Order: sequence, then structure tokens, then C-alpha cells
Amino acid sequence: MLRNLRPALIVTRREIRDQFRDWRILVPILALTLFFPGLMNFAAREAVSFVERYGAPIIGDRLIPFLLMVVGFFPISVSLVIALESFVGEKERRSIEPLLSSPLTDLQLYLGKLLAVMLPPLLASYLGIVVYLWGVYRQVGWSPDPILLLQVVALTMVQSLLMVSGAVVISSQATSARAANLLASFIIVPTAMLLIGESMIMFWARYHILWWAIFGQALIAGLLVRTGIAYFNREELLGRELDILNFKWGWQVFWGAFSGGAKTPAAWILREIPRTLKRLALALFCVLAVFIVAGWVGAQQAQIFVLPPEIMDIRNLQDGFVQSVEGFESLRFFSVESVPLVAMHNLRAVLLATVIGIFSFGVMGLIVLMLPFIIIGYFTVTAARAGISPALFLGAFILPHGILEIPAIAIAGAAILRMGATLSTPAQGKTIGEALLRALADWVKAILIFVIPLLIGAAALEVFVTPAVVLRIFGG
Amino acid sequence: MTEGETMIIVENLRKNFEDFTAVDGISFSVKAGEVLALLGPNGAGKTTTVRMLTSILRPSEGRASVAGHDVVANPEAVRASVGVLTENHGLYARMPAVEYLHFFGELYGMPIALRAERIDFLLTRFGLADARQRRIGEYSKGMRQKLALARALLHNPPVLLLDEPTSAMDPESARLVRDAIQELRSAERAIIICTHNLAEAEELADQIAIIRRGKIIARGTPLDLKQQLLGVGEFEIRLAATLNGNLVNIPPGMQISAQGAKWLRFRTRQPEQDNPKILKALLAQNLPVIGLQEVPRSLEQVYLQAVSAPEGVEVSYAA
Repeated sequence: MLRNLRPALIVTRREIRDQFRDWRILVPILALTLFFPGLMNFAAREAVSFVERYGAPIIGDRLIPFLLMVVGFFPISVSLVIALESFVGEKERRSIEPLLSSPLTDLQLYLGKLLAVMLPPLLASYLGIVVYLWGVYRQVGWSPDPILLLQVVALTMVQSLLMVSGAVVISSQATSARAANLLASFIIVPTAMLLIGESMIMFWARYHILWWAIFGQALIAGLLVRTGIAYFNREELLGRELDILNFKWGWQVFWGAFSGGAKTPAAWILREIPRTLKRLALALFCVLAVFIVAGWVGAQQAQIFVLPPEIMDIRNLQDGFVQSVEGFESLRFFSVESVPLVAMHNLRAVLLATVIGIFSFGVMGLIVLMLPFIIIGYFTVTAARAGISPALFLGAFILPHGILEIPAIAIAGAAILRMGATLSTPAQGKTIGEALLRALADWVKAILIFVIPLLIGAAALEVFVTPAVVLRIFGG
Repeated sequence: MTEGETMIIVENLRKNFEDFTAVDGISFSVKAGEVLALLGPNGAGKTTTVRMLTSILRPSEGRASVAGHDVVANPEAVRASVGVLTENHGLYARMPAVEYLHFFGELYGMPIALRAERIDFLLTRFGLADARQRRIGEYSKGMRQKLALARALLHNPPVLLLDEPTSAMDPESARLVRDAIQELRSAERAIIICTHNLAEAEELADQIAIIRRGKIIARGTPLDLKQQLLGVGEFEIRLAATLNGNLVNIPPGMQISAQGAKWLRFRTRQPEQDNPKILKALLAQNLPVIGLQEVPRSLEQVYLQAVSAPEGVEVSYAA
């Protein structure tokens, strides 16, 4: 790492020096560092004196730490602008080629740029925090709890890293500064939402939750840095000049990956599908492990959020079932028309998981798919507490249709995870677009060959077999 | 590196951008002490070739090595061995020239004392010493070009890749740069020049490769190319006396192409053997010779002939 860092720092030094020669960067940083904290001091003092008049000092108490976070955030917002043009700006100014021709490795170049765009705004943020704290101490005598201060310092750093790493990924992949600015919405909107969430935490004074926010953002920032390094290459920067959607090329890549070169459907089924499954094997293993963890989490929650025992009392359950066969009919169990409805419901969940999985390296997609397993874990323990054997509960309520549905969801989860992971995994000689198209082809194969047929089968079992088994076992 | 050692080897190099082929299976080699000029219309694939030789672009097929390093397997070593003058100079407008050169010298791992010495030498060599502390944004086009060339030469690389080295320069500066390139050749470097300036290519290059649509369609020494594309050399003799319709008794194998009252032109494949013979024949006929010289044929004619040749025609391939 140190071997990489030294040449990277040469680039960092030059870039920072260049930034400080540009008044368009310098003026906002100075204003947000020196003037803005003063403004926040004024706001804090006025707010505290105002709310104290009406006996609501708690608002002032919450406002001061909140403004501390805001003072830290504003200067780092400048880093987004600098980061967005870090690569593509140089490309447009035609100054990047000599740098690319130098003996720096891709990693060194990337790190050099990343540090250069992050350090000045971050240091400005910290300076702003110091100015604010000094002012607020002098004016209202407030000083932060050291843990809270540490949290705000860490939060400022991970927010900066998150925005910068995302912006540098965009900058290194975009073909023009205009395109990079348009794509910046993918950073601005989630960051704004994060900030709203963090503000609520600050006003709610549940500061321990900030650690989770710091951890989550650090994780995503780490993945973004990895994505940036994985897909940064000189060729992409210089090879592409125009943002043109090449549908013909896209289709060729997709079809090539989808067909796997098979000439007949039989060859495709016999050769390409096993190859696809092999590619998904590691992801499948991870997904199954995650489902087990999800079940365990559900079981743990059942210890914390305990349902009244009578809800899951076996006699009530038996009576309830005996009496509610008509209720079953109103839910349209034992009806052929329900099969596509259940299958479509599950497929919609898979599609939702896919969409949000693409934008979160597969993580959020997996969380969606984990939810049923958390619920299963929760109710299995709750049922056990009510005297129902977990094996019997699972065997009656889950197993009859789960035997098909769980493999379907697991395979879908594996394809989603692989597609998300594609973004952060180096693909030798491939662009992000090409790697994603190939992963998408595997996802489509998994959905067509495994997920849809299994979900239809599972829906049929869920409509006809599961209720019958439940009635037979628990119906008395 | 020793003179004569092959410094650049390119074998069947190809570069595809999605469904577009920018370079289509080219091969050549350049020895230490040699200058190869790559000529071709805009978009022919010259810059893509140079970018592959600096390991910026990865070849789709074929292989290339620079100063003994494979461009794919060892890109950092390749880039450390190459000095590149890029088509766009890539200068930082807000930086003073001397700081700019120090930055690149540091990137190439040069010790500070050596850096300072080379920077002084190069800035003086290119007449930029007085402007060393000025911001690059204040430089004229020609000054920027010279500064970019100084950057390419800073780490004293064994291979130089120069894209349009004298474009945007006034004649005096261009001459300065051409002289510098001549000096560098004698310093046993391999040099590739991409240029539209045909006179410059003819003056500087030992070999010329004409590229069209990613393919080398003609290659050889300037003389070879002229002979291959424009036919055998034509010579003109000026006489002090009129021919008066006398037929000159020319040696066999030669052919008079034109003649006037006091001059005649002939073509020969072997001027070193035939020219003395024809002079001897003229003197034997008491026809006093004022001068004998080759009829000038420009590289421009060769270039236009080559690029207008039908698709798929390989004009000339010297060894």
C-alpha cells in the first residue's frame, strides 16, 4: 500500500496546489469554513434564547448538535463538484493523456485523484467544526460530549468519502463533464435522504444510531472505492469520446452471454445452463447463509417482541382453523385462479429486489429477500413458545410450498447478488456496461429457467397443498 | 541500449472499439537510432497505435513490445521507457512551467538534482529558460509545444513517440525542434513521429509507414517508396551546347524520357552505375555537361498516390 501511496501523493499534491490556485474552489471553501459556522453560531444563539423564553430548552439542546453536523457537511459538499470533474474535467481540458502515459499504475492514479478531491474540503469541514464549536462555546457555553464529537467527525469523513467515491466513479466513466453532472443526481438524492435521516436522529437524540449510519456509509463508500478502482482504466478514459447508446453492441454482448454460443435449445440447456449455475454457485452459497442468518434474526426478535401466547395457542389455532375454513375460501385458497396471483406476487418481490439490488451492490436486494425468512424465524419461535413443535410448524406452513419457493428465491437472490457484486468486482478488459450486461444475461437465464417455473409450482402448492396440510395437522 | 537493437516491435496489432476497428493488424519494427514516420489521414489509426505503444490502450489482438517490455504484460515499465508528445499537449494552465516539469520528473522517479539539471538543460535548449516561472496559460502555442516536448524528453527515454512535434510552431521553432530530433536520433533512440508534414517526415525519417483505415498500406525508406509508387528515378542533364537533334548514344537499359535543345531527361533503376556511363557517352560526343541531377519528386506525390490506391492494395513493404 505504501508503495502505491507515494506516487499517488505526488498527484494529490499537484491537484491540491492546483485547486488552491482556482478562486472558484477557494472562495466557497473559505466561505463555508469561516462565514457559515459564524452564521450557524448566530442561528444557535438566537434559537436557544427564543425557545428558552417559551420553556422549550430541549429544542435548543437538540439544535446545537444538529447544526454541528450541518457545519461539518456543507464544506464537504464542495468535494462533490471537484470530484465530479476530477477525471472527466481533465479529459475535456485534454490534459489527462500525459498523466495516463506516465508510469503510474491505475491504482496510484485513482488514489491520487481520490485523496486530492477529498482532503481540502474535509479539512475545511473540520476547521468549520472548530470555528462553530469555539463560537457556540463562547456564546451559549455549550461543548459537545466527546463521543458525539467523535461521531460527527467520523460521519463527516464517511459522508465525504461516500460522495467523493461515488463522484469519482462517475467522473472516471463519464465521457463529458455535462454527463457527469447529470449523473450526480444518483449521489445528491441519496445523500439528501441520508442527511434527512441523520437530522431526525440528531433531533431525536438517539445518537447511538449514528454509529450504524457511519458503519453503513463506510461500507458503501468502501464498495464504491472498490468499484472505482476495479473499473478505472486508461482505455475507458481515452477510448470513448461520445455518450452514445450502442444498442446493436449491447444486444450482441447480451445475446452472446445469454446463448453462451449454443446453437440449439438442447445445447443451451445442457451446456450453458450448468455453466450459469456454476457461475452462481458462490453467490448461491452466500444467499443460503444469509437466509439462515435471517431466520436466526427473526428468532431473536421473537424473544424481544413477544406476542401474547393466546395468539399462537394450539387449541385456539385448531378451533380457529376448524371454524375458518370459509375464511380460507374467502382468501381464495383451493382455487386455480389464485395460482397466478401468488406466483406474480412472489415474482414482483423478486423484481423489486433486483431493481434495488442493482443500485446497492446487491445488498438491499438481499435484504428484501431476507424479510420472509425473518418472519419465518419469528413465528417459528413464537409457535414453539405456544407449544407447537418447530418441525411441525415448519413442516405444515412452510415446507409444502417452500420446497420449491425457497430454491427459487435463493437462485434469484444469487443472480441479484452476482449482478450487484459485478459492479465492485474487477472484470479484466470489460467495461461496467459489458460486465453488467453479462450478469444481466445470467439473471435472465436464472429467472426464465429456474425462478419462474419454480414460483409457479410453489404457488400451486401454496394454494392447494399447504392449506390442506395445515388443515389436516392443525384442523383437529 | 545499443545502436541497431530493435526497440519497438509491433506484430499484427489490432484494436477494436466495440464494432469499429481502429487499427487492423499492423506490423513494423524500429531499431535504436532509427526514426519511423507514421503518415496517414485523420482517423487512420496513428494515435491509437501510439496509445497502444504507451500501454494506454490494450491491443485487441497481436503483440507489441517497447524497449524490451510487453505493452500488455508490463505497462508501467513500458511507460517508464517512453517519452510521449501527445496530440493534445496536456499542460496545466495554472502551473508555472518549471513546476510542471518537476511534477512529471517526480512521477518518473527522477532524483531532484537530476531533475533540476535536466529541466535547466531542456528549457535552455528550447529557448524557454526566461519563461520558466511563467504560468503555462500565458505561453504561446509554440512555447507550449516546446514545453510538451521538453516533458517528453525529461527522463531521457530510450523510445520517443512524437505526435505532430512541430505543429503550431513558427518556422524557426520548428527548425529548432527538428534539429533536436536529429540530435536525439544520433543518441541511439528509437523514435516514432506521427505527422502530416511530409517534408518533415522526409527530412527526419529513415522509414515511412503510410496508414489508411487502420492498415499500413505502404512502408519503406523515402527512396524506396518513391521508386515503388512513382516509378524509377528520373534524372536531368543540362548541357552547355545544343543537341541539334543528335541522338545521344545511351547505354543499354536506359531510356530517354524527354529532351530539349540543351537538356535531356532519362530514367534508370541503377543511377550509381548508369549515370557515369551516360556522362562518358556525352563527353565522347563532345557535348559539355553543366550538371546532372535527379528530378525532384516530393513525398506528397507518394502519399497521395498511396492513400488514393484502391482498398486492399498493399503498395510497398520494405524489409
